[in-house]
Amino acid sequence: MIPAPFEYVRAGSLDEACRVLAEAEEAGEDVKVLAGGQSLLPLLRLRLAYLSALVDVGRLAELRGVEDRGDHVFVGALTTHDEVLRSEVVRELVPLLALATATVADPAVRHRGTFGGSLAHADPAGDLPAVALALDCVFVVRSDEGEREIPASDFFVDYLESALEPGEVLVGVRVPKLGPGWGFHYEKFHRTAQSWATVGVAAAVRLGEGVVEEARIALTNMGPTPVRARAVETALRGVPLGSSDGERLRQVCDLADEGASPPADLHGDPAYRRHLARVLTRRAVVTAGA
Amino acid sequence: MPRITVTVDEITYEEEVEPRLLLVHLLRDRLGRTGTPIGCDTGNCGACTVMLDGVSVKSCSVLAVQADGSEVVTVEGLSSGQEWHPMQRAFHAEHALQCGYCTPGMIMAAIDLVRNDPDPSEEAVRRGLEGNLCRCTGYTNIVRAVRRGAQEMAGRHD
Repeated sequence: MIPAPFEYVRAGSLDEACRVLAEAEEAGEDVKVLAGGQSLLPLLRLRLAYLSALVDVGRLAELRGVEDRGDHVFVGALTTHDEVLRSEVVRELVPLLALATATVADPAVRHRGTFGGSLAHADPAGDLPAVALALDCVFVVRSDEGEREIPASDFFVDYLESALEPGEVLVGVRVPKLGPGWGFHYEKFHRTAQSWATVGVAAAVRLGEGVVEEARIALTNMGPTPVRARAVETALRGVPLGSSDGERLRQVCDLADEGASPPADLHGDPAYRRHLARVLTRRAVVTAGA
Repeated sequence: MPRITVTVDEITYEEEVEPRLLLVHLLRDRLGRTGTPIGCDTGNCGACTVMLDGVSVKSCSVLAVQADGSEVVTVEGLSSGQEWHPMQRAFHAEHALQCGYCTPGMIMAAIDLVRNDPDPSEEAVRRGLEGNLCRCTGYTNIVRAVRRGAQEMAGRHD
């Protein structure tokens, strides 16, 4: 299908993008930022969304790139998934991001789709929101009025709704490195190669002598927003990951879905998703700790 | 209406386009490049895959205005004169198609895969083509063809 008509503005600078967005909002227009378009254009094409205007930030080089900044890696919002995967800085310093990005869609989509676009889209079935939540990433956003920072725990507000205010553009995200001793894994269950996660688990685990000292777990597609699985994080402390203690780990991981409100759809009902969250969390923790 | 300049299969065009015009519709309806088919409405099937500035994209998920100033290669731009591209020859030799609808996208995705991995394993081919759906052959001959095409592109022959 062909999208319904909309106005198109190609921003020549971030300031221009912010100004155009602010003016459009003021005029009561339904306007959105266009980056790679790999989530937005299918929605427009299927006429699941109608917009009066798109502000294309796709050529703003200032929003692109990966930078090692000491205690964190800064990933520009416009960096494509493919660029994230090719980045040695990402692979070495924030490997959870690379592991999850490798499961996003397919190569052609990863050439166009952007890191910041996926996050701003705030789809709880997307793979990167759970990663941002597990790592306590910080979102840097800009508007006409200046810059502000939003912690990941405040960024995802509801289904396809982020904390971005009208007129704000996501500039990039600070991804904490966590430091030595951490292991990572993203465990995703989906029915076909490029489909969304039925459930996904982003896990970071720090071990000391085979015992979990600290864990960070976030869930994909277990509610209208990504879910931080705090109960299982706390319970995992002190649990050995050796094969002889499998039963204890299993019991602890049964807490993974606590506080989640999983959706029902063609791929599974809530009870099935809760089961998946428990099983996948156990697998993710074991692999991250290996 | 925005005016764009886009080079398709080595010919440069200047076009006035509605912002909502998709790249695949520009290629097919305006420029007559019907070798690139539309297979789905969801961005899943990959039949419309083309090269945009050297990397594979699904042309149903790109606006024509986003391609302004860019270079597009479609399946129709692969042959040189009467000579097919090695990947096209390999798909022919290995009978890697039945109805042929997915073939243009498969070939473009395969060439993109070989760009990154000049000698892909069977597993690498299967993973690399995950964005392209074939509903008739069952992929076995496609995988074989891509590996053969990779050998021929590198000038290696069995």
